[in-house]
Amino acid sequence: MKSNIVEIDNLSFGYKGRLLHKNINMAFPRGKVIAIMGGSGSGKTTLLRLIGGQIRPTRGQVRVDGKVVHEQNRDGIYALRRTMGMLFQHGALFTDLSVFDNVAFPMRELTDLPEVMIRDLVLMKLNAVGLRGAHQLMPTELSGGMARRVALARAVALDPNIIMYDEPFAGLDPISMGVICDLIRSLNDALGATSIIVSHDVKETFLIADYVYFVANGEVTAEGTPEDLMQSTMPFVHQFVHGEKDGPVPFHYPAANYQKELFAPKSR
Amino acid sequence: MQIIYTVLLANIARLLRGFGARMITRIWRLGAASRLFFLTIFYSGESFRRFHLTLREIYFTGVMSLLIIIVSAFFVGMVLALQGYNTLQKYGSSEAIGVLVALSLVRELGPVVTALLFAGRAGTAITAEIGLMKTTEQLSAMEMMAVNPIARVVAPRFWAGVISMPILATLFSMVGVLGGYLVAVPLIGVDDGAFWSQMQANVDVRDDIINGVIKSLVFGVACTMIALFEGFDAPPTAEGVSHATTRTVVISSLTVLGLDFVLTSFMIVV
Repeated sequence: MKSNIVEIDNLSFGYKGRLLHKNINMAFPRGKVIAIMGGSGSGKTTLLRLIGGQIRPTRGQVRVDGKVVHEQNRDGIYALRRTMGMLFQHGALFTDLSVFDNVAFPMRELTDLPEVMIRDLVLMKLNAVGLRGAHQLMPTELSGGMARRVALARAVALDPNIIMYDEPFAGLDPISMGVICDLIRSLNDALGATSIIVSHDVKETFLIADYVYFVANGEVTAEGTPEDLMQSTMPFVHQFVHGEKDGPVPFHYPAANYQKELFAPKSR
Repeated sequence: MQIIYTVLLANIARLLRGFGARMITRIWRLGAASRLFFLTIFYSGESFRRFHLTLREIYFTGVMSLLIIIVSAFFVGMVLALQGYNTLQKYGSSEAIGVLVALSLVRELGPVVTALLFAGRAGTAITAEIGLMKTTEQLSAMEMMAVNPIARVVAPRFWAGVISMPILATLFSMVGVLGGYLVAVPLIGVDDGAFWSQMQANVDVRDDIINGVIKSLVFGVACTMIALFEGFDAPPTAEGVSHATTRTVVISSLTVLGLDFVLTSFMIVV
């Protein structure tokens, strides 16, 4: 068994003539929590979609468990996805199903388990995220943090080998953020899975990640353990980690000369 | 003069480019819709193996459309009887009112008006639901769980629409005839026996009723597929879903009217 469950080799991806990723190399060892960080629009979520086989790379390859994702046919990709779980940014819960049915969904669709066993498994998964008592609620009755926890229970419903998290902390209050943070680490360790977190929340991500990749301008600009990156003197990493307003990532979007624009003849 | 020619040519070129771009987009969308249609048929096994999925959608598309269908049919039948009587009595054949109401409903108004109402009531609901599922990443979530959204979401809704439409159209015709009867017989005073016997004698099962059912089946396929495709193809934004919903009504209505002409031509010739 290879030590890396996911490997990204010389990956480039672009669309509409624009190259979003250029020669990206990453490795995701089994059992670890790996974070991919970077500013908004840097293509972090696209990397998760490439790992899940929802889009094809322009060049290079993504290997999951030794298999090149984009070379798989539909059945092959679905077989790979059965070993993955994904938490979407806003949960992506099925709004016409209750909390219970949302968590039961992958079990009912992908296994032949009897309903009695599904009931017990769903309650166990919901108990793990602290929402067993909310199993009869509908998604519209949940807070943002609760919805994210239900989605997490659904993502781990079939005990996946890889769990991917797309901005798991975005828009959460500090208590919910702490709960999600703790759950990601504990579920990863309990399931013996590999977690891939895409996030721009430095504090929470650094707290649970074993290794971090920084993505900017379509490339991996820095990588290392959270401790290494906190001490980094690289201008981009320093600006990002310490949340500085100006730096290699400018505060202002590129624009014409301010003075000239203000005094120019008025036209829209 | 030279400048006017240049500007004129530039404008014509711009118009042609715009027209060409719009045509390419339409052809591309037609191809994408056809692809979705064939994939839906290909992945339809699930809809019948787990028929409760289709049954649930029949409830939402068919049963929930019953009220609007029945009320509209009742009024359409009553108006037909009033207008028909007004014309027929000039020729002394007011007893033929039953035939006129029945044939108008069974051959044309039943399938066509049902399809138009279906597009407005159920079609928009299907488009908005699937568009929002796409916007809120529910379809992506399904894909990532190795569950095919076409088999799980699209196919059951497609078959629900195809099954519901002929039933709704039949109900429309039945209630319409009842509405026509209430206006013609108790209100106007046309002979009860003449109303029903003329209808029985002149409405043919194959030429009228079966052809009406065939029309409603075709409209069911068209309206449901348009609604599903527009939802599936909607840009994942509030504006995108809103435009897709509008397109569903416009394209479905025009398609139904166009198809009605084509089908009627074939049915009359054959």
